[in-house]
Amino acid sequence: MAAEEGKVDPMKQFTIEPLFGSEWQLADGINIAFTNSALWMAITAILVTIFVAGGMKREVVPGRWQMAVESMTGFIDDLLEANVGKAGRKYVPYIFTLFMFILFGNLLGLVPVGLIPNVHAFTFTSHFTVTGVLAIMSFSIVLIVGFVRHGFHFFSLFVPAGTPLPMVFFIAPIEFISFMVRPFSLALRLFVAMMAGHVLLKVLASFVIAGGAGGPALGAAVGVPSFILMVAISALEILVAGIQAYVFALLTSLYINDAENLH
Amino acid sequence: MPQIEQIATTLSSQVFWLLLFFGLTFVLVGLGMVPKIMGTVDLRDQQIAGDLAAAQAARDAADLEEAAWRKRENENRAAAQGLIADAKAKAAAASSAKLAEAQGRIDARIVEAEAGIAAAQNSAMAEIETVAADAARDIVARIAGADIEPAVAQAAVKEVMAHG
Repeated sequence: MAAEEGKVDPMKQFTIEPLFGSEWQLADGINIAFTNSALWMAITAILVTIFVAGGMKREVVPGRWQMAVESMTGFIDDLLEANVGKAGRKYVPYIFTLFMFILFGNLLGLVPVGLIPNVHAFTFTSHFTVTGVLAIMSFSIVLIVGFVRHGFHFFSLFVPAGTPLPMVFFIAPIEFISFMVRPFSLALRLFVAMMAGHVLLKVLASFVIAGGAGGPALGAAVGVPSFILMVAISALEILVAGIQAYVFALLTSLYINDAENLH
Repeated sequence: MPQIEQIATTLSSQVFWLLLFFGLTFVLVGLGMVPKIMGTVDLRDQQIAGDLAAAQAARDAADLEEAAWRKRENENRAAAQGLIADAKAKAAAASSAKLAEAQGRIDARIVEAEAGIAAAQNSAMAEIETVAADAARDIVARIAGADIEPAVAQAAVKEVMAHG
């Protein structure tokens, strides 16, 4: 972690390192080394599966675990019901997977496994390559559903209902641009929120280390307040982890509503 | 920023493993488990709704039964009341008839007795008149030495008695 003596590089945590298979190639030049990022994706996938599988007892009177899983599926079901309506039910598997994958990825990045020597937490949602792929998947679903359901009539999405004819020529390009910006805003929002929180925590951590190294007076003046702030921001980050996963799922369901119901 | 610095070397790996693990999660969890869990929730909701409907139906039936019982009970009570009123009326009629009969008998006896009294009075009055007429003739004979006809004496007595 420490690049030089008493220094913490706040960006080091985002470095991707191949763990094994660094010579694996899907095709010529397309490297698919199993990296630390891939490892945490795998851990996320396994934990999500274990969590949901724990709710598969299918009892009429649910236990605690089943209740927790059912409240999560019910949460996503209600979200889609509220935003898309009855037709939203068929998107529950995708939105649920999306929400749980992002939520678990965000939260796992906050687990202080760094306390174990040579183990480093990695938040794959702080990489725009990852959030970008997730956003493109959501956007593709919107496009596919929109064109399959409405055909070329889907383009009327760019003309809000009740627009006077002369205004159409101004509003349609604006609507088109705002539509095309959606995948970028979706991807960047999650990436920036996760990266900013982790950078802030590492910067404060470097204050704690530098303060502690600077003697008892400096440690009490800088190190202790920084540490208290770190604890508070860690709590905030847990909240952000949940909110960003929710926002991603919510916006995806809102975009799907456009494709499903068109205005 | 490693996200940008490493993008050329790690993009394919990132996309590949994300699609693999997200796809696995989607197939296993999203398509495999979530519909079953939601099915369980739906099943439970249906069962609860069914139980509630059954309870409501039972309650309605009980209410209906109670209303019918109340109606029957009211009818029975009304019938009993009618019976009592009937018996009362009959008893009253019988007693009043008996009373009327007794009254009639008493009235007849009173009338009879009054007639007897009147007859006795009349005969007594007649005797008093005869006695008074005889006495008046005697008095007249002794004082005036005149002998008067009994009929005249009687008429004179009658006149005096009539004046009081």
